[in-house]
Amino acid sequence: MSSVLYDVPGPKARRVSLIGSVIGVIVIGVLLVLAVMTLAQQGIFEGRRWAIFGQADVWTLIANGIGATLSAAAVSAVVAFPLGLVLCLMRISDVAWIRIPTRIVLEFLRGMPVVLMMLFVLLVFATSSFIAVVAGLVLYNSAIFAEIIRAGIQSLPKGQREAGLAIGLTSFQSRLTIELPQAIRRMLPSLVAQLVVLLKDTSLGYIVAYGELLRAVQVMADFLGPQFLFPVFFVAAAIYIAINLAVSRIAIMIEKRGSKKAAGGMAHVPVAGTAPAK
Amino acid sequence: MDVIIESLPQYWDGFLRTLFLAVVSGIFALIFGTLLAAARVSPIAALRGFSMAYVEVVRNTPLTIAFFFAAVVLPRLGVTFQQFEVAAIIALSAYTSAFIAEAVRSGVNSVPVGQAEAARSIGMKFSQVLSLIILPQAVRTVIPPLINILIALVKNSSVAGAFYVLELFGYGKQLANDHGDAVMWVLVGVAFFYLLITVPLGYLANVVERKVAIAR
Repeated sequence: MSSVLYDVPGPKARRVSLIGSVIGVIVIGVLLVLAVMTLAQQGIFEGRRWAIFGQADVWTLIANGIGATLSAAAVSAVVAFPLGLVLCLMRISDVAWIRIPTRIVLEFLRGMPVVLMMLFVLLVFATSSFIAVVAGLVLYNSAIFAEIIRAGIQSLPKGQREAGLAIGLTSFQSRLTIELPQAIRRMLPSLVAQLVVLLKDTSLGYIVAYGELLRAVQVMADFLGPQFLFPVFFVAAAIYIAINLAVSRIAIMIEKRGSKKAAGGMAHVPVAGTAPAK
Repeated sequence: MDVIIESLPQYWDGFLRTLFLAVVSGIFALIFGTLLAAARVSPIAALRGFSMAYVEVVRNTPLTIAFFFAAVVLPRLGVTFQQFEVAAIIALSAYTSAFIAEAVRSGVNSVPVGQAEAARSIGMKFSQVLSLIILPQAVRTVIPPLINILIALVKNSSVAGAFYVLELFGYGKQLANDHGDAVMWVLVGVAFFYLLITVPLGYLANVVERKVAIAR
């Protein structure tokens, strides 16, 4: 699309674009230099402020923070996915008294801030902050997983279910053995993208005093002194973003691999009536 | 149950502040996000690169980190503000604009190529093609995902409560401290006020989606 918004640039346009680019780079560069200079005035780049990264203790604390972040994310993902499957099956059940309450519960879970659920579990059930973080993430993400898988099932051609019922499977068997496997494969990119969201949301654990990466930064800054806040924060933020970028890349890779297999591939544009063989 | 009725003034104050945060950051994020999306499809390479880098980094940054930066790190670096609402608005609009940019960009991509070709062939410039032909059509497909982003924004504003802003979540924490015996009801009240915003918005998104689907 973007290529037809403007002509293929000729020599003059290329020159203008080049000048524009140079000016753009200069403006961004000047802003960066200004920012760096302001930081330097605050003494941010003094060697001693960064020297703490030579100490093993600092890295141990950071590593503990990462470990706490990753373990909360892993446990939540492992619990939330099966729960999401069950919720999805209940949401599309043929039985009204299962379907309708599930729908209300899902709406409720999706409309609530994750932090609020974490705080609720922490205070009302008086659990450890780890349990609170995991519970909050599981409640929210299982609802999202359920909705994603439901969208996947609905994007399947009707014939899949009809064929299943025609060969004598019960409604539930057809869902389980025919529709779900296809739906999950189709929705794999969205599911992995949601995992990135889940990983990002573990940082909310900071608010309920769970010792994840950001809390580790806070603890270190309190312990070492406020002048070390910026260096430690900078390193921790970089690590957080690097982990998330890596998982996002995996999601994109899965999406590309899936779209190469033409039949039954990823549902990017679920078009009704086009039959995926498989 | 009495706790909710008793502290209704606090709830109401928090509710209004949550709305305020969401509306102001929503407006900033919409403007900045649309500009980012325009930069992403522009002929100037530096703008494209900047927009791409910004969106990629911000989408992968946890919101709490953005808040921590705006509310704790920035003041230490000499950027001070009178109220912590400013920090919350900075963090929320910087974070949300990346998602809006992505949504608008995919909306631009959903407009049939022929529209842009036709506009080009009658001699329009890039800025005219985008503002007169592409964006008005893109808006249609973009509105349902945009509403979903705004719902997320309302929920995300709860993080501000942990960074010294007394909105719904902030009041919730405070009230939970004051009424140790009725924590559950306090938080149920908070949840109710959030749902008061998010559920109607979600309903609106569904209705608009159906309307747009018929139009196309």
